[in-house]
Amino acid sequence: MAKITLSNLAHSYLTDPQGPGDYALKRIDHTWEDGKAYALLGPSGCGKTTLLNIISGLLTPSEGRVLFGERDITRLSTEERNIAQVFQFPVVYDTMTLFDNLAFPLRNRGVAKARVRERVETVARMLDLTGSMKRKARGLTADAKQKISLGRGMVREDVAAILFDEPLTAIDPQLKWELRTQLKSLHRTFGHTMIYVTHDQTEALTFADEVAVMYEGEVVQIGAPEDLFERPRHTFVGYFIGSPGMNLLPARVAGSEAHLGGTRLALGRRYGQVSGGRIEIGIRPEFVALGNDGGNDGEGLPVTVTRIEDVGRHRIVRTDFQGREINAIVNEGQPLSEQMMSGQMTRVRFDPHSIKVYADGWLIEGKSV
Amino acid sequence: MDKPVNHRAWFMVMPVVILVAFSAVIPLMTVVNYSIQDTFGNNQFFWAGLEWFEQILSSERFHNALLRQFVFSFIILAIEVPLGILVALSMPKRGWTVSLCLVVMALPLLIPWNVVGTIWQIFGRVDIGLLGAALNELGIGYNYTQNWLDAWITVIVMDVWHWTSLVALLCYAGLVSIPEAHYHAARIDSASRWKVFRYIELPKMNRVLLIAILLRFMDSFMIYTEPFVVTGGGPGNSTTFFSIDLVKMAIGQFDLGPAAAFSLIYFLIILLLSWVFYTVMTNVGVELPRREKES
Repeated sequence: MAKITLSNLAHSYLTDPQGPGDYALKRIDHTWEDGKAYALLGPSGCGKTTLLNIISGLLTPSEGRVLFGERDITRLSTEERNIAQVFQFPVVYDTMTLFDNLAFPLRNRGVAKARVRERVETVARMLDLTGSMKRKARGLTADAKQKISLGRGMVREDVAAILFDEPLTAIDPQLKWELRTQLKSLHRTFGHTMIYVTHDQTEALTFADEVAVMYEGEVVQIGAPEDLFERPRHTFVGYFIGSPGMNLLPARVAGSEAHLGGTRLALGRRYGQVSGGRIEIGIRPEFVALGNDGGNDGEGLPVTVTRIEDVGRHRIVRTDFQGREINAIVNEGQPLSEQMMSGQMTRVRFDPHSIKVYADGWLIEGKSV
Repeated sequence: MDKPVNHRAWFMVMPVVILVAFSAVIPLMTVVNYSIQDTFGNNQFFWAGLEWFEQILSSERFHNALLRQFVFSFIILAIEVPLGILVALSMPKRGWTVSLCLVVMALPLLIPWNVVGTIWQIFGRVDIGLLGAALNELGIGYNYTQNWLDAWITVIVMDVWHWTSLVALLCYAGLVSIPEAHYHAARIDSASRWKVFRYIELPKMNRVLLIAILLRFMDSFMIYTEPFVVTGGGPGNSTTFFSIDLVKMAIGQFDLGPAAAFSLIYFLIILLLSWVFYTVMTNVGVELPRREKES
């Protein structure tokens, strides 16, 4: 086991990339610490699988290096890297028994028979597979097959990291939760470095110690789940994480005030004169309050309620502000006024300290007031 | 409830009944008819019972032809199946070369049997054939019209040339259906090339391979045109396979009774082998999961 360093890594599928648009993976410089669980989160086609394949050695990056510990493994083959990978769709050896499936990676490396048995039995016990070790893998359910794929990754003690490429895509929702829990406990037991690729924020946020959010071939933010929620460095992170995602509104920012379509909003920090292309302010729906008086006291943005969704623990109030959607989350305990219904005019107020300012998508750090 | 009785419905099945009767039932029954009678011409027939069957089954000529036939089919399978798999494995998986390979592979399959026979007949000729003349120039005394081994080699090489593509194309179809992730997983598991073949490729080719074996076996078992054109069954009787022998008996010697009995025995052998293959094929894929469910 070792830490994984990505040094100036970039990849393009073209032989002669011209602009940044030609890169499937834009420049990234990061270190993954030993024994932690990481998630690569992003929509389809954002380059997360490309990054994973570079780490696993199925792809050679066009620029930069990958290091396991101090060892440069950029040009080493998959076998020499000592990693394990679990794929999106379960890969099992149909004609082998479950035991032979799990033993396969060890036997190929010439591990002694007794040791193989011991390891396979440990892993099988962890995955609740002990009952059926003698049966053939053909005809198993998708989740059982994925468990075997997972087990084949776990069975080797010396792996530098275990990589997961959207491993729960083909699994039923009910079993998804169970397998994810099992994965977490496996991580705690064996302490392997794990890198988990997914487009499902719930999976990423519950599984990983640290999440790397990717957008159009770029890692836009790496951080703990709380960081991603509280301080999104990029509008994409704000939008992609949370449900619903961050409200983003074009605005003019000067000093500690934002001007939106004739309304003035106080900000929690001082920004000076913000210039640049596209200036937006972002606020999570959790920090949006509805002015239930609906009066004209001049505070907050005047909006029209378009829809109210009851999702159990809380309600999502969707409103319209000059053609832009602003969502607010109202907790269960907090009553909505009786007359609150779609089509009604009301006002929304933002918590000034939770408002973030973005220029061309990237967060601007203000000075504290 | 009273259903209206309408016998006109029978007319609907008449075309099929007539077609099957004329194409299969009546010819077969005619053969059965010949096989149990004897004639001295003038369209006069005498009852012969099972005499012809006994005669055929105990004749050395029949035994030899049967043996030749099985040896031939066995050699064909032993060469074409491994060779077909090998060719399929070395075919490219993507790019423009795929279409090129497929077209080149399909070419021999499109050539009619008697043309293939003619091509090889000329190709192997000692006087003007490229192969025959070249071999003799090199000092190898090759002559398929005189040496039985040369005749066998020629017929086998011809069949391999003509039909290995079929096995290869079927196997290729099985191979391309394997997801890339399986190969990646095998690399991560450090599986050797042999193990990749044994545990990933072969299981996926299982079904198509069985179809290929069945097709090649049945087809080689009924081979007639190509060896007939090349060697005419010779030298001597060395390449007289089942169907060639049958035609010799029926048309050459005009022994209608024995030839009819021969035909029926031939037919029954093929029926039996088809049944065996069918049983094996339907059980190989299906039986396994069923057995597992019970346990």
